[in-house]
Amino acid sequence: MTLKLGVPSKGRLMEKTFDWFGARGIQLARSGSDREYAGVVEGIEGVALVLLSAGEIPRELAAGRIHLGVTGTDLVHEKLPLWEQSVEVVAELGFGQADLILAVPQAWTDVDTLHDLDAAAAAFRLEHGHRLRIATKYHRLVREFLRDAGVADYALVDSQGATEGTVANETAEAIADITSTGETLTANHLKILSDGLMLRSQATLWKSRVAPMDADERKCLDDLLERLG
Amino acid sequence: MSTRAETNAKAAFLRAGFEAHGAQTVEPPILQPADTLLDLYGEDIRARAYVTSDAARGEQMLRPDFTVPVVQMHMENGADPARYTYAGEVFRRQERDPSRTSEYVQVGYEVFEREDPAASDAEVFALIADALGDLPVRAVTGDIGVLMAVVNGLKTSDLRKNALMRHIWRPRRFRALLDRYSGQMPASPTREALLAGSVTSDAPLVGARRQHEIDARIQALKADAGTAPIPARDVDLIDALLDISAPLPDALSRLHDLSVDLPEIIPAVARVAARKDALAARGVEVETLLFEANHGRTSMEYYDGFVFGFRARDRADLPPLATGGRYDALTRRLGRGREIPAVGGVMRPDVMLELEGKP
Repeated sequence: MTLKLGVPSKGRLMEKTFDWFGARGIQLARSGSDREYAGVVEGIEGVALVLLSAGEIPRELAAGRIHLGVTGTDLVHEKLPLWEQSVEVVAELGFGQADLILAVPQAWTDVDTLHDLDAAAAAFRLEHGHRLRIATKYHRLVREFLRDAGVADYALVDSQGATEGTVANETAEAIADITSTGETLTANHLKILSDGLMLRSQATLWKSRVAPMDADERKCLDDLLERLG
Repeated sequence: MSTRAETNAKAAFLRAGFEAHGAQTVEPPILQPADTLLDLYGEDIRARAYVTSDAARGEQMLRPDFTVPVVQMHMENGADPARYTYAGEVFRRQERDPSRTSEYVQVGYEVFEREDPAASDAEVFALIADALGDLPVRAVTGDIGVLMAVVNGLKTSDLRKNALMRHIWRPRRFRALLDRYSGQMPASPTREALLAGSVTSDAPLVGARRQHEIDARIQALKADAGTAPIPARDVDLIDALLDISAPLPDALSRLHDLSVDLPEIIPAVARVAARKDALAARGVEVETLLFEANHGRTSMEYYDGFVFGFRARDRADLPPLATGGRYDALTRRLGRGREIPAVGGVMRPDVMLELEGKP
């Protein structure tokens, strides 16, 4: 039997993950051609590499189809309700840092806090006949954050990419998105609300709490965690 | 756990009981247009209701309750007065807690009646109490209308009253606003700078919110900065109101005491008193009936008067067996210029069966 380790299947996140494991004596690599999503693991017995989209790794961990997985805090919190019950943090990997933030146009000099946003949203709805729109792909996190803050009269609109551009295109009035440096925000004339930080995210190695394990797999996991520790 | 057949049989039995009291049976569709519900509740409804869609009709929701479709139907073509009953599934998304049920049967009774609202309140409450029979339950009542009357009676600007009114159903936000308006929370340095006129931006204005809207809010903030704080005495009155949790006669005497200092709430308190008499006339044991001023503030934001709930006395793990209240404002929102006082309640036959099974 093998212990299954889920890793993002492409890009910087994959390469950095390979480097992180490599620095701990475990070589991860894609096998075959660039287009083939299969992987090999060297340096430890009994571990299989499963290459997946970063967005699918939370679901696979929660379903117990993989034992370990690397993905961002943001994706785990967004996709798994009660995530503490299905996964736990093994290690924060120190890369892929990004903050989930709420941003509005810089020219909104009257809006600095969530309280201001709520008041502006109420007035906006009266003036425009619809709710103030916030573009995001993190629907659950944003909704919970705004509910806890008591912000009303907003609507979420789905944006799976180029979210910062939605305001200039007038398909949204504000955005909630991941940012690492804030440069894209500035370039699109947006500013982060002073209390608009929802979540600090980074690439994290997670362990499934629900994946079944036999004695061999459990021993393999213990060995692996010791090597990584 | 009761089977679906048992639950449906119980639901049919309860609905027949309401029919026997003259209610007309209605069967609203399971799929409801999403825009009405979104317009009423905002994004919060998306966390509670399942959304689906097709290319022709756009977004639809699996009905999260019956009240909204029943009100819409009544405002379209209902008799006046009217009494309705229904039984069927409602669907609730559980984003936080997968162990909570996402589909269950509700049986409801709704009264649209202009004459004697206290009698209608008592009618709904008493019929549901009767239908619960000998089950070991405890009822809690309240009245959102009293808190609304207090807010309306505050000696402060309309802007502040409207903001508080808007957040009646969000107790934490309501409290934060009250702290701010009563001068307990100083303005932030950025707000001070904005009021002093030293916050500017060179950035081009992007998006649909225009400069005149920004200017209007800054004007409003400046005017608000000159508004006297809500006196500590008034904040104490609100606290004294929200603290009330007592048998109805005690609660009522405390409400009477409050109305000495806050005469604006006299009509709302009179409605509570009239309801007590109407409940007593229906045979409800009002001497021990609990009244909590805070009750119903975290539910769906359409109750604006009488609110009530029945819970199992020794089973805190069970959801309420029945809940309800008055929603006059909802008929106004959905009535396109017309309105009618309305009150109703829903029961959970599955929870009743669960409680019956474990005496």
